[in-house]
Amino acid sequence: MTVIVYCDRCGEPAAEGDHTACVAARTLEPPRYCPDCRRRMKVQVVPTGWTATCVQHGVRRS
Amino acid sequence: MPEILDRARARVLADGVGLDEASLLEVLRLPDDDLPELLQLAHEVRMTWCGPDVEVEGIVSLKTGGCPEDCHFCSQSGLFTSPVRAVWLDIPALVEAARQTAATGATEFCIVAAVRGPDQRLMDQMREGVKAIREAVDIQVAASLGMLTRQQVDDLVEMGVHRYNHNLETCRSYFPNVVTTHTWAERFSTLEMVRDSGMEVCCGGILGLGETVEQRAEFAAQLASLRPDEVPLNFLNPRPGTPLGDRPVVAGKDALRAIATFRLAMPRTILRYAGGREITLGDLGTRDGLLGGINAVIVGNYLTTLGRPATADLDLLAELKMPVKALSATL
Repeated sequence: MTVIVYCDRCGEPAAEGDHTACVAARTLEPPRYCPDCRRRMKVQVVPTGWTATCVQHGVRRS
Repeated sequence: MPEILDRARARVLADGVGLDEASLLEVLRLPDDDLPELLQLAHEVRMTWCGPDVEVEGIVSLKTGGCPEDCHFCSQSGLFTSPVRAVWLDIPALVEAARQTAATGATEFCIVAAVRGPDQRLMDQMREGVKAIREAVDIQVAASLGMLTRQQVDDLVEMGVHRYNHNLETCRSYFPNVVTTHTWAERFSTLEMVRDSGMEVCCGGILGLGETVEQRAEFAAQLASLRPDEVPLNFLNPRPGTPLGDRPVVAGKDALRAIATFRLAMPRTILRYAGGREITLGDLGTRDGLLGGINAVIVGNYLTTLGRPATADLDLLAELKMPVKALSATL
């Protein structure tokens, strides 16, 4: 099971605070923060998808 | 029917001549009760002067983030605390994005870079990228690289870029509230050079930056005076970390009123849905706009945010019996 440590939209701890707005916003946004370490990721959006790269945890794709 | 719509019917629908600024302001001030009639007129104008075809385009960011300018709406400025990091797209990925865009039926592919203006590295990347796309994909290539020199305009023409996007963003009187690192006149200067070069001019902006209704009318009139081939209409999608990150989104009815007004200002131009329509208008409003003056869409994702799936827009166009403009019609 994957444990999400950090919110991938705002970078704050996923278990703290209310991330309802982040979840809603993420339907029209790619992730910006690595959910494992909260580093800002390098994100490339293309017309049909996105890739998000964390220097420590690698590439995530839509 | 409101008197202003009678006048618009005679001037814009019958003669194909856009309304002046004072008349555009009257249209923007029409009450909600008159909105259906306004949208119907704008749709008739679009069908009469542009036809039923809808131009479909995909856009991609070649160079994202790290921009030295301070456009207050933009998450790609390096001057704000936005989470967007700088990244470059390589040429194979650029060609693949063009290929996937063409597969949707799109005839336009716009390559965008977050810069004040292109440096030699970016121009070299463009030269290589445009060549690779033209060799591999049947699609028209457009570009949006900020402010240009005359030499760079000539270079883009020589590469085969057929349309250049450079948005004025908002009216001249409000621009200093949105951007302080360059002027409206500097942007206009690039647009004049693009026009003189023979490239098609694509110039629009963003509604909901805090401008007044009067300034929306001013903006529509200023765009019309430029006689752009295409006007992309964005609605502010407030981005975290930017100075406009806490602004409210434009109300749906105000957005539709603006769409129809811009159509009455520019009866013959390509009026394109661009960013922010998903949060401003939703699915129902998207349909209303296509029946209220819009005749072009950006499909799929935007530069740093996501859009509706291309299939959702294409299905809607089919339902509305609006054919996707064929590539042969753009050549």
